[in-house]
Amino acid sequence: MNINATLLGQTIAFFIFVWFCKKFVWPMMMGPIMERQQRIADGLAAAEKGQQAEEIAKKEAEKLVSSAKSQAAEIVSNAEKRGNSVEAEAKDKAKSEGERIITAAQAEVDQETNRAREELRKQVSTLAVAGASKIINKEIDDKAHDGLLEDLITQLKAK
Amino acid sequence: MAANGEALTSGGYIKHHLTNLTFGQHSDGSWGIAHSAKEAAEMGFWSFHVDSMFWSIGLAFIMFFVFRKIAKGFSIENPSKIQLFVETLFEFADTSAKEGFQFKNLWIAPLALTIFCWVFLMNLMDLIPVDWIPELFIFLGVDYMKIVPSTDINIALGLALAIFIMIVYYSLKEKSPIGFFKELAMHPFSAKEFGVSNTGVQLVINLFILYPLNLVLETVSLLAKPVSLGLRLFGNMYAGELIFILIALMFSQLFTMTASGFMMGVAGGALQLVWAIFHILVITLQAYIFMMLTIVYLNQAHEHGDH
Repeated sequence: MNINATLLGQTIAFFIFVWFCKKFVWPMMMGPIMERQQRIADGLAAAEKGQQAEEIAKKEAEKLVSSAKSQAAEIVSNAEKRGNSVEAEAKDKAKSEGERIITAAQAEVDQETNRAREELRKQVSTLAVAGASKIINKEIDDKAHDGLLEDLITQLKAK
Repeated sequence: MAANGEALTSGGYIKHHLTNLTFGQHSDGSWGIAHSAKEAAEMGFWSFHVDSMFWSIGLAFIMFFVFRKIAKGFSIENPSKIQLFVETLFEFADTSAKEGFQFKNLWIAPLALTIFCWVFLMNLMDLIPVDWIPELFIFLGVDYMKIVPSTDINIALGLALAIFIMIVYYSLKEKSPIGFFKELAMHPFSAKEFGVSNTGVQLVINLFILYPLNLVLETVSLLAKPVSLGLRLFGNMYAGELIFILIALMFSQLFTMTASGFMMGVAGGALQLVWAIFHILVITLQAYIFMMLTIVYLNQAHEHGDH
């Protein structure tokens, strides 16, 4: 319990240790601690930013999707309209074309018929003339008439 | 246990445990280790408590060694448990310095750390059973070994003296010597506050009555800061140590081999446990108080008065 120079020794030791701590211990420890705090703060800020960006991107995506949807619907309806009109047009065209073909065919048939009829008439008249001339030339002979008539008939049939 | 004729009595035992290993000048003029409490007392001021100095400086070395080791292996990503513990200590000192100290001074936080950890470690030695290390040193041929530096008044007051020097240094530096003197002299009493309106009379009363009175009061309160700081630590630790020694005395009753001796031994064991657990609180609290008061005193030293 004696007061002695230990007191001074402790005082000096204390100053030396405080100086040592300030110079060689404190910065060594607090530096990395601060760095970590900074990193955590940065990380949190980055996370916050990321979240905001994500939200913005989400909204953007939603907007895009909805606009795409409406566009698609528009395209589909347009296509439908277009298809309908094309179909109707095609139908009309086909109908008119068919009618045209039919009338053309009819006309051809009529023409052909008329021509055939004309031909037939011409031949019949020639045959009639020929037959008459033959009858007049060879006189009346049953057998000969029959043979002539049959000949006439086959000639007509062949036409 | 008894060295150089100290009988193995309760008194001798206690006295032995309270005697430091002292190095100084003997009464015959030679330098050396004191072999009894009486010899140590006769050495006067220029002697050293080798044990106190050894343990206090040794503990500081261990402390800084550990801190630097942890700092060198510092991992930001994957800290070990001990690293986190040391970090907690640093952050604690940093927070305490920031909360208690309003000015900018980069020395305060490391100072707080050093004080808290060092005082805590010195106090912690109190929890080592009182006989272990002294007995070991007696076995090695060393008579006295007091291992708790903070139970040595020199250590406690040495720390307080350092704080006092810093208080005075920062007061002079921050307030200028004149400012510091003004703070001591012109506070708390002045004639103006007593309702004296005449400036001449104010001056006379101030100069001849109130300022000297203030100076005495403020000087006493300035000196009381380090003294109370040191004595608080010393008193608490010394009392705690003494009680540990008294409890240890109860164990010695076991050697009487009687029923009452046995009872004393058992009671001593229970008391030892209770007191040691309580002491965990005391040593931490004392270290904390020492640190906090240092911060507060230094904050006051930086404060400019409003006069």
